[in-house]
Amino acid sequence: MAVVREITFAQALNEALDYEMSKDPKVVVMGEDVGQYGGIFGVTKGLLEKYGEERVKDTPIAESGFIGTGVGAAASGLLRPVVELMFIDFLGVAYDQIYNQAAKIRYMFGGKAKIPIVIRTVSGAGASAAAQHSQSLHALFVHVPGLKVVYPSTPYDAKGLLISSIEDDDPVVFIEHKMLYGVKGPVPEEPYSIPLGEADIKKEGKDVTVVATALMVYRALEVAEKLEEEGISVEVIDPRSLVPLDEETILNSIKKTGRLVIVDEAYPRCSFATDIAALAVSKAFDSLKAPVKLVTAPSTPVPFSPALEKEWVPSTEKIETAIREVL
Amino acid sequence: MLEIPKEKLLWIYETMVKIREHEERVAELFAQGKIPGFVHLYIGEEAVATGVMAHLRKEDFITSTHRGHGHFIAKGGNIKASMAELFGKATGICKGKGGSMHIADLDVGELGANGIVGGGIPHAVGAALGIKLNGLDNVAVAFFGDGASNQQNFHEAINLAAIWKLPVVFVCENNLYQISLPYSKQQAIKSVAERAVAYGIPGVSVDGQDVFAVYEVAKEAIERARNGEGPTIIEAKTYRYRGHFEGDPQIYRSKEEIEWWKNNKDPITIFEKTVLEKGLLTKEELDAVREKVKKEIEEAIKFAEESPWPKPEELLEDVFSTPTKGVLVWQW
Repeated sequence: MAVVREITFAQALNEALDYEMSKDPKVVVMGEDVGQYGGIFGVTKGLLEKYGEERVKDTPIAESGFIGTGVGAAASGLLRPVVELMFIDFLGVAYDQIYNQAAKIRYMFGGKAKIPIVIRTVSGAGASAAAQHSQSLHALFVHVPGLKVVYPSTPYDAKGLLISSIEDDDPVVFIEHKMLYGVKGPVPEEPYSIPLGEADIKKEGKDVTVVATALMVYRALEVAEKLEEEGISVEVIDPRSLVPLDEETILNSIKKTGRLVIVDEAYPRCSFATDIAALAVSKAFDSLKAPVKLVTAPSTPVPFSPALEKEWVPSTEKIETAIREVL
Repeated sequence: MLEIPKEKLLWIYETMVKIREHEERVAELFAQGKIPGFVHLYIGEEAVATGVMAHLRKEDFITSTHRGHGHFIAKGGNIKASMAELFGKATGICKGKGGSMHIADLDVGELGANGIVGGGIPHAVGAALGIKLNGLDNVAVAFFGDGASNQQNFHEAINLAAIWKLPVVFVCENNLYQISLPYSKQQAIKSVAERAVAYGIPGVSVDGQDVFAVYEVAKEAIERARNGEGPTIIEAKTYRYRGHFEGDPQIYRSKEEIEWWKNNKDPITIFEKTVLEKGLLTKEELDAVREKVKKEIEEAIKFAEESPWPKPEELLEDVFSTPTKGVLVWQW
């Protein structure tokens, strides 16, 4: 069997961008420091040299302006922009262009417009970047009709999902957890796509279902392996795309195990975790043998001190406790 | 005054009269309760959209404002379909999903009226970026009001267009009021065009009630854009005869002020007087245009009134264009 090479999450994304740019001249990359600098996390490295300043555009720090420009370029039918919002926390300065413009134009125009824009952005705590550079705000996108929201956990998924996202004719918010950029995993050299809306069962199990996103997938898997030694069988599901949501895979798993724990690194109220909990009790209530448990960050801003931040992010200990409670 | 071919003069007149007639009838229909929601009428500002659009091709793009009917008409949008849209009918240009504030017609390069003040300005810049990267010689024009020129989108979008030298023209319709707040209380400068200095691009202020003056400055700005010389800001000083929206009690300005503008600065009267005095068009020609336009508007109203309402199932359509696995439109 051929050995698949291992590359980082950041390199996998870079390959997806490179492939799409080489394939379609309409694909352009825009954002702060995406050119010569190669993106502050190195995702756009080498693209400027290969595709030139016209297609790899360094922008002023003007998120509303350049995301809006991307929306207009996409609506005109002339380009397929991949725009980088350096941190998801900067959403506030550009939110109108995302939730009022990109998300709604197609509907408001009676289906006449296509908005093929991808907004890549960086999420997550763990780098002591404090309250304005560490949040997990994916729920703010999931909440708004008209946006597709992708949040991968592995380098393999990252490459395949970014290719699908760029080829999709709808606005896609593609979220990358900053603590995953350096994570290595097997990724084929050739291009491939993973359809949006297909969850991945990262580990099969029969006693309890754990739905986890991004970095939390790794923590859930760590706990699952540990519990396996005790004979507790945990199924770990990574939705990968939050919109569209693979409701079927999640519900089937709950029906099989009868127990559900949701692990999401975000504020708890009106969150992705509460959304999945509502799904479970609405559509799989009869299968549930125990109350649904949520493991999330608390409703506080993300603290700076590593000691406090460690406490803020859902830990393997908390995940393990939650699983034991539902068993 | 520039030499304008007779055919173009007739188009200018027809367009201005069409906008006026359209908006006057919409005001009546709104008062009768036939048009739901909010409407923001373009009456009084006809020369701006017309003078600019006289230089645009179908392939050129525009982005519009709350007050978008005039831009739509001048860009060549289908009036039957837009009237049906105002009524919320299934035959509407947006299938009844956009309404007055979101009138759009991608078929004629109209990238949409916008319910968010200043929201559309970067879209014109994006279209211009697409034009440049595809090696086309088209242009994009962003229309916006004086209020929008205080918005981040105005500053950020113009800065981007300036550094990238994009084929876009920014047209500020300064109608002197940001809803109720007069221009003098919004900005310390005399003209929005002065802001061009801050972006290293040309800025010009023009009498927005004189279609010939608008035509002239727009011609130059659009030619600059087409020739790859970058963006321009045009500020057209204009005046809306109606309130910000239909039903606006207008406590912020006097009846005398409105009457003065109607009597002294009406764009249609100015045009008629000029072409008749100079012998460019005849009274008969003008009357014929008016008659034709009235008929066209009445036909559009009839079409809208007789059109069916959208079906309930259409509610869930048109959110996304690429179908995917998984749940896209959530319903419990």
